[in-house]
Amino acid sequence: MRISEKFSELKKRDEGALIAYICAGDPTPEGTKEYVTALVRGGADIIELGLPFSDPVADGPTIQAGIERALNGGMTPDIYFRMVGSLKVHIPLVVMTYYNLIFKRGLEKFVKDCASSGISGIIVPDLPAEESGELAGLCEKNEIDLIFLVAPTTTESRMEQILTRGTGFIYLVARLGVTGARSDIAVSTSELIRRVRTDTPKAVGFGISNGRQAAEIISAGADGVIVGSAFVDIIAKGKDVPNKLEALASELKDGIKIAR
Amino acid sequence: MKQELKSTKFGKYGGQFVPEVLMPALEELTGQYEKYKEDPVFNEELDYYLRDFAGRPSPLYHAKQLSREYGVKIYLKREDLVHGGAHKLNNTLGQGLLTKYMGKKRIIAETGAGQHGTACAMVGAVFGIKTEVYMGAKDTVRQRMNVYRMELMGTKVIPVKSGSQTLKDAINEAIRDWVANVETTHYMIGSVVGMHPYPTMVRDFQSVIGKEVRTQIMEKEGRFPDSIVACTGGGSNAMGIFHPFIDDDVDLFAVEAGGSGLKATDKEALHSATLCAGEDGVLHGARTKVLQNKYGQILESSSIAAGLDYAGVGPELAYLADIGRIKPRYSLDNEALEAFHDLCRLEGIIPALESSHALAYVKNAAASGELGDVVVINISGRGDKDLETVLGMNK
Ligand SMILES: Cc1ncc(COP(=O)(O)O)c(C=O)c1O
Repeated sequence: MRISEKFSELKKRDEGALIAYICAGDPTPEGTKEYVTALVRGGADIIELGLPFSDPVADGPTIQAGIERALNGGMTPDIYFRMVGSLKVHIPLVVMTYYNLIFKRGLEKFVKDCASSGISGIIVPDLPAEESGELAGLCEKNEIDLIFLVAPTTTESRMEQILTRGTGFIYLVARLGVTGARSDIAVSTSELIRRVRTDTPKAVGFGISNGRQAAEIISAGADGVIVGSAFVDIIAKGKDVPNKLEALASELKDGIKIAR
Repeated sequence: MKQELKSTKFGKYGGQFVPEVLMPALEELTGQYEKYKEDPVFNEELDYYLRDFAGRPSPLYHAKQLSREYGVKIYLKREDLVHGGAHKLNNTLGQGLLTKYMGKKRIIAETGAGQHGTACAMVGAVFGIKTEVYMGAKDTVRQRMNVYRMELMGTKVIPVKSGSQTLKDAINEAIRDWVANVETTHYMIGSVVGMHPYPTMVRDFQSVIGKEVRTQIMEKEGRFPDSIVACTGGGSNAMGIFHPFIDDDVDLFAVEAGGSGLKATDKEALHSATLCAGEDGVLHGARTKVLQNKYGQILESSSIAAGLDYAGVGPELAYLADIGRIKPRYSLDNEALEAFHDLCRLEGIIPALESSHALAYVKNAAASGELGDVVVINISGRGDKDLETVLGMNK
């Protein structure tokens, strides 16, 4: 399913999107399949599956630890695409990874592997618009969305450039800093939501962990909420994981629904 | 736009592969650097600190005993005599002044051997700027003395316990800090690595080494050397001495750390010889040569010299190696150690283990004639920091 279809389906119901991140292979590839199903049951509309890289500079301690568990569990790009291909879910899946893994596999092969395993979008936190030309071209050819991030520091001229490049949704980084759950919402977040003027859906991530925050984000005008560290934290604790993932997903989704 | 893009690269290497949050800061830094680079007031102040604080120019010393032993005429560029005991201060004085001129309130840095961290600490103290240094937990143990030195000068040393707990992880952590504090903080990268403009800027600040050699060698020899040899971790002492000679008929040898041999598993390399054995990849914001496995996961590197122990290398060196302008070579741990003892015994100079790799290469290659008759070796630092390591190896 394409990301745009998902968003228009949600729009008809006047509903915001819950985008859930977990790291593939954390702690095992088999575990991930089960967790994805649980997130879908809880109401996730899109799932971001991290493809673990050894040096994740945009991630905070929680996701770093998840990535480390996944790498220790033997996750590789080959296993990743096989696993994703075997998932039986009917929502868009997005791969989130660092540029070197794409570069090493070969941009074309990477994008084709995404297409054939059923991935709808690609997020690369260390690939700014300037360096993205070749990958963007390949994504377009293979009908895969290349999702860009904008930050509170993004200048107006860069914003324009990014908004013309980005497809699927625009990933708004809620605050300066790396990924990681926080209890508050930064003032800069609603400011940023206002600044991003586009028809492409806007999803806000970095630091969101509960239903109340999710509601605030949607009320501030976002089309979706991205939550990662809070889910990865549940996996780290390792107890009753599928039920807890499902419960958190449905808490977040409830928050999102109330907001509209 | 196109042209701007182009200048961030050396051929296909370099660039800015960083989170969007940092892009505006890199734009600002590039602009400010380009402005002050040409500014007479800035340059006068920098020259003053290089002379009266750092002790430049550093001597070019004809090492007669070593020349006899190795069979080629050897000049040593004495960066070990620069304040702090390494070439690192050339760069941190430049970036420190820039920090001051830009009005940033805080400096962060990564360090491997602790030499760059020490150079940051000196600059933080002398310019009165709060300084915090990330250092791999493993390195804080093997380079304990440098941790004390930094702390004495008022710098906070933050041990990094993630990943391999060495330089690459310290850089990761410094980037994460910068992402969170980019508006108030300058990230002071210690080598010609990372995203544009760092490889260019650090090279320019280090070029004082090669500029001095040009004058000094003319005075002593009446001609340029046949070759220049420098150890290469990230590549800043190498680019610093190479760059002013890039258009001259001088062979340039970049000597990497061969560790215990150019072998690697899926997770770690027994060496840090990135130019010799790495492949194209993207690490810490730049496309360059990288030690990585077949999937692109970065390998843990290894070397007796903490300052060379890094899985990447400056993008300009990768480019110059590709076009054949520099010659990448390597020395093994035990060869470097042997050369370390040679210089101590024959010349009364205790070199850094990093610099000893350059010495070891000259020792090995002199007989082949590849170096010509007159060689300049960059002694990038002094070896006091390495005494514990050397004593441990001798046991
Ligand atoms: C004395 C000395 N030489 C060389 C290096 C390697 O760095 P570069 O290759 O950037 O000169 C270091 C790094 O810490 C060092 O301390």
